Amino acid sequence: MTRDEIRNGVFRALAQVAPEADMTRLKPNVRLRDQLDIDSMDLLNFAIGVHKEFKIEIPEADYPQLATLDGCIDYIAKAKA
Amino acid sequence: MPQLGADMNAGKLQQWRKHVGDKVQRGDIIADVETDKADIEVEVFSTGTIEKLLIQPGERVPVGTVMALIREEGKPFVVETPAARAGVSVASPASPAAAPRVAPATPAKAEKGRVHISPVARKLAGELGIDPATISGSGPGGRITLEDVQRAAQARAAKPAEAPPEMDRAARMRQAIGAAMARSKREIPHYYLSTSIDVGRAMAWLANENLKRSMEERLVYGVLLVKAVALALRDFPELNGVWIDGKAIAKAEIHVGAAISLRGGGLVAPALHNTDRQSLGELMKSFRDLVQRARAGSLRSSELSDPTITVTSLGEQGVEAVFGVIYPPQVALVGFGKIVERPCAVAGQIVARPTITATLSGDHRVSDGHRGGLFLAAIERLLQDPGRL
Repeated sequence: MTRDEIRNGVFRALAQVAPEADMTRLKPNVRLRDQLDIDSMDLLNFAIGVHKEFKIEIPEADYPQLATLDGCIDYIAKAKA
Repeated sequence: MPQLGADMNAGKLQQWRKHVGDKVQRGDIIADVETDKADIEVEVFSTGTIEKLLIQPGERVPVGTVMALIREEGKPFVVETPAARAGVSVASPASPAAAPRVAPATPAKAEKGRVHISPVARKLAGELGIDPATISGSGPGGRITLEDVQRAAQARAAKPAEAPPEMDRAARMRQAIGAAMARSKREIPHYYLSTSIDVGRAMAWLANENLKRSMEERLVYGVLLVKAVALALRDFPELNGVWIDGKAIAKAEIHVGAAISLRGGGLVAPALHNTDRQSLGELMKSFRDLVQRARAGSLRSSELSDPTITVTSLGEQGVEAVFGVIYPPQVALVGFGKIVERPCAVAGQIVARPTITATLSGDHRVSDGHRGGLFLAAIERLLQDPGRL
């Protein structure tokens, strides 16, 4: 799975919790919650969306690694490797 | 047009989901209505057959306007308001720019004691969203009769319309919230209490509990807070209710309204029905669903009309303590701030403990600081023993 494919999957999961967001303007190293006006419930739903999109189990302790776009892509790439 | 909160004066019918002749059951969605705060799915509260649809999609009508007539099964068709008899479409079909302005709800005025009103008239007034205190009674001793309520509904429906300036949803929501909060601060003698609660045990319990749960079943700590409030309310019924017609009415069922912020500004506080009777897992599922639907604009009318208390948390915004404004006609609001580590004395040692500040905004017409303080203490006890939640 390429990083671009992962990025697109992350965008699909994000669109479920923040449908109004312009994904092309996301900064890769800035916390998603600071860019998208989302809260912990949205982040939980996002994590569930990533779980469904990529068929990976994400322990609660790993949630902080999903804080940024790049963090998400790195985490998923590692999990799918 | 149901009144879905103190900040709603009118609603615009988007579409009917049922047709004349359709059978409906209590709880069915009959229409979609746009309010200043959200798009709402309107439920029916009786079982029967749609007799007549009185409002057309696109019409904006005041709260209390009869929208449809339902013939209840096995009952004679007797309650028909004058507006309904006349087939009055209260407001002309209009574009948003030409929609009629709706006068703000008239504040209750007869507060010298109980409002004298017949049970059937009170029921109709409740269904129409008309405050009995605003109706002049023509019965014996000034008692309000069914006909008085019907006349009041007709008079309200016949109010001349003015074209309001066009406002977007965010501006209308801000105006609606402002009106409700101004009413609250004007009419409700608030008192405020706060206490600091050690949530170390609750957080440890939650982390352990979530290890046992699948991703979709994991809990957030906010659910523990809401459940603790709901369970504590069982012993403080005076805080779980409303103030209507100059008197407090304690509600038998506990429906916590969860304050949910909306993207682009504003908030709603829809009900988590029977909060105290839901397991944490059920409550989490309900909460997730409610947040998603609130932000997608698909709440149900009962979710906005049923809350018996509001719980709000601004911890994620970095706020340490929330001293909220009570949402009328409710009589209490519980607030939670962020979890912060504070030095605590434990067994003679100073240790850092995660703590949260819980606050109560109470209505002094209904309760006082003594009971409010005991209520906060009850919440704390429950959070110290999270297995009970």
